Amino acid sequence: MSKTGNFLLSENAFSETVIGNTAIVRAMIESDVRVVTSYPGSPTPEIASAIASIPLDNRPFYFEFSVNEKVATEVAFGATMNGHTSCVFFKSVGINVAADTFVQLGFYDLKGGMVIVLGDDPGANSSQNEQDNRHLTNLSYIPVYEPATPQETYDMFLDAVKISREKMMPVVFRLTTHVCHAKQKVNFGKWLPQTYDWNSRFHPLSSPAVAITTKALEMKRKAMKRLEEFREISEKSAFNNIISHNNPEKGIITTGVPFLSVSEVLNFALTKKPDILKLGIIYPVPSQKIIEFLKTHREIKIIEELDDVLEKEIKVLAFDHKIDCIIKGKQEPEDFVGEYTPDKVYEIISRTWPGMLPAREASIAASPFSARVPQLCPGCGHRPLFTAVRKLMEKNDITVGDIGCHTLGFLPPHEIGSVVVSMGHSVSTGSGLSINNNQGRVIAFVGDSTFFHAAMPGVLNAVFNNHKLTLVVLPNGTTGMTGHQDHPGSGKNFNGTAEPVPVRKVLEGLGVKNIRECDAYNQQKVIEYIKASFEDDGFSVVIAEHPCMLKKTREDKALGKFTGNQIMVNQDMCSLQLDCIRKFGCPSFQISSEGKIFVHEDLCIGDGSCMQTCNSRALRNNKKTKSN
Amino acid sequence: MENIFNIYMTGVGGQGIGMLSEIIIKAADLAGQTVAGTDTHGLAQRGGMVESTLRIGNNVHSPLIMKRTADLVIALEIHEAYLGTLNYLREKGTLVYYDVSLQPLFTRLGMEKEVTEQDIKTLIKSYNSNYLKVFDDSLNDPKMQNIALLAEINRNTLIPGITEEHYIAAMKMLMNDSVFERNIKIFCCQV
Repeated sequence: MSKTGNFLLSENAFSETVIGNTAIVRAMIESDVRVVTSYPGSPTPEIASAIASIPLDNRPFYFEFSVNEKVATEVAFGATMNGHTSCVFFKSVGINVAADTFVQLGFYDLKGGMVIVLGDDPGANSSQNEQDNRHLTNLSYIPVYEPATPQETYDMFLDAVKISREKMMPVVFRLTTHVCHAKQKVNFGKWLPQTYDWNSRFHPLSSPAVAITTKALEMKRKAMKRLEEFREISEKSAFNNIISHNNPEKGIITTGVPFLSVSEVLNFALTKKPDILKLGIIYPVPSQKIIEFLKTHREIKIIEELDDVLEKEIKVLAFDHKIDCIIKGKQEPEDFVGEYTPDKVYEIISRTWPGMLPAREASIAASPFSARVPQLCPGCGHRPLFTAVRKLMEKNDITVGDIGCHTLGFLPPHEIGSVVVSMGHSVSTGSGLSINNNQGRVIAFVGDSTFFHAAMPGVLNAVFNNHKLTLVVLPNGTTGMTGHQDHPGSGKNFNGTAEPVPVRKVLEGLGVKNIRECDAYNQQKVIEYIKASFEDDGFSVVIAEHPCMLKKTREDKALGKFTGNQIMVNQDMCSLQLDCIRKFGCPSFQISSEGKIFVHEDLCIGDGSCMQTCNSRALRNNKKTKSN
Repeated sequence: MENIFNIYMTGVGGQGIGMLSEIIIKAADLAGQTVAGTDTHGLAQRGGMVESTLRIGNNVHSPLIMKRTADLVIALEIHEAYLGTLNYLREKGTLVYYDVSLQPLFTRLGMEKEVTEQDIKTLIKSYNSNYLKVFDDSLNDPKMQNIALLAEINRNTLIPGITEEHYIAAMKMLMNDSVFERNIKIFCCQV
């Protein structure tokens, strides 16, 4: 077993430097969580990596990657209805997919308890937006914990599970990117493995579980009553605590990562530091504690990331209790944008209370070099595909991208996929773009994991309503962008082998008549098939498959099967047309200070997908010259 | 804020920033120091930029560091060395970088210049700082460039309080035997 697997299963208390995503797995084990589900998405996939470090036979709970966040939520819901404590985790925008089920959870008696772990992404480090999911938790009457550090992640998760189980209600555990990925030495407790009774505790009469008409309102009343009971817990919780600097003038109310930034920048304070009320349970808020804090300070600043959710609640409390205290919240639109890093909080506090912090010299010049943009990996099958599509595109054609590695096609040199919204949207957005569109053709793209996740209803709709467009599916056998998790087409699930579900069979089952299939490396075939699809009546699909070469190269290296071949540029034949760079765009092709093209040996994997691009036939696939 | 040592690490996805950060954390821990940090790697696996912060000291709250407060910038690539230094290195700090250029998209497309050592030199001078350039011609595997950098960090004691034995012990704890054998040669040969 790996080192991580070993300490996660330690029966003794111990300390270890871990990221928040690892700390939470130990908390799951100690708190007897029995069913865990997920769909991969940053910043949470390392929770699954930590789970994977424990071999299946030693794993104290069941885990699966489900096909999407809604399914994952429902599997966890079913498990808790059976009496097993369950947990589901996914990224910020994952809750949009799960929402139909998620918003109902508070209405049910969840026998085993259930914790929903959200990986929110202030700063949109790896998401299409930085949505503040506190709005969704509030509309669902579900309490929310928000830890600031890996230690708090562990401590609070134990508490969240305990209360969720006692009250038979869902609890949301809101992590943000730099809690998930923060590294810190965490003190863990003991764990006494016990044999677990997997018998179902489900009984349809003991727990009415159908939300219809009049029942729905009864269930809502119950949810609201439970939420008010939870307010008492929040009121007494040690996770909502005051860090006093004996300052009757100024106070700050904050939470999570912004709390860390506040603490950090107050180290520079030239004046007396404000007192801090740090909230760990952010919904429902501890009203009495907040009222007391407002009453005992002349001026309060609320420092919360993203939206003004706490600010509104706190201002209502102040109004209702006629508290004469100046409350300062968000002041300008930029206060709603981006992660509350120490730099950002420094600026906010300086603006709120001039003179509290020393002025910072603006000492960073504008860079003559822009920040690096991500690129498709060397050998990626999407690259020859996009090169081919670019060749056949005409002025008014529209390409629609989806979420996944292939989203990067929107960058030069390909500029393919000029609309991207959300998981699985491409075929339906493309359908809309195709309605009575006589000017240009519409080509939509989707990867295989995203196809299984949310694109299938869009495909069915395109068949059902006979939309005229071409969908290009790009199976690479894995969920690439989030770190190579398996999906229904992979032939494996998290726990072992699974019968692979080929994309083609699903398409056939959904009624798609025009299906063509080729290797994504074969540019000639890609062009031929997409052109042919334009002549079809109605909806067509081209499957342009190639395995993820990053994954394959890693696996080949581990097995000693990697050839070590590299592409070489024959300088005598190279006519510097630069098609390898300006049309194909593999990052391995670089330009020397003398203006020659060379292949960067740290990057090239010798896949040869570039060779059809060079009109001068200057590319050769050779054994790496350097000894290995 | 005294007694906190801030390290900003940067490179391109796949270069081994994660492992380098793990080794330094473990080594700091073995040296009896308190350490916190975090990685930011949105689309790093797709050849994007990856950054990692490490903060050594007792009064650390946030794992993130503020602009222009890094005592040490560690870069695995020259473009990232420039940008990391520009944004994060403090006055009188130190940059150590591995001398490899993975040309970014706009450089390859001829829309921007490539960063050269002269650019680094000028920037470092304007920050009243020092830099060390590392290149190990004996490396067969670019995955070991991080260890070549670590060797230079060790040789110059760029991180106060962490010594060679701590780094070696940390590597031993974090790598399996065969990986350790290969890497320790890189680490020690340069000492």
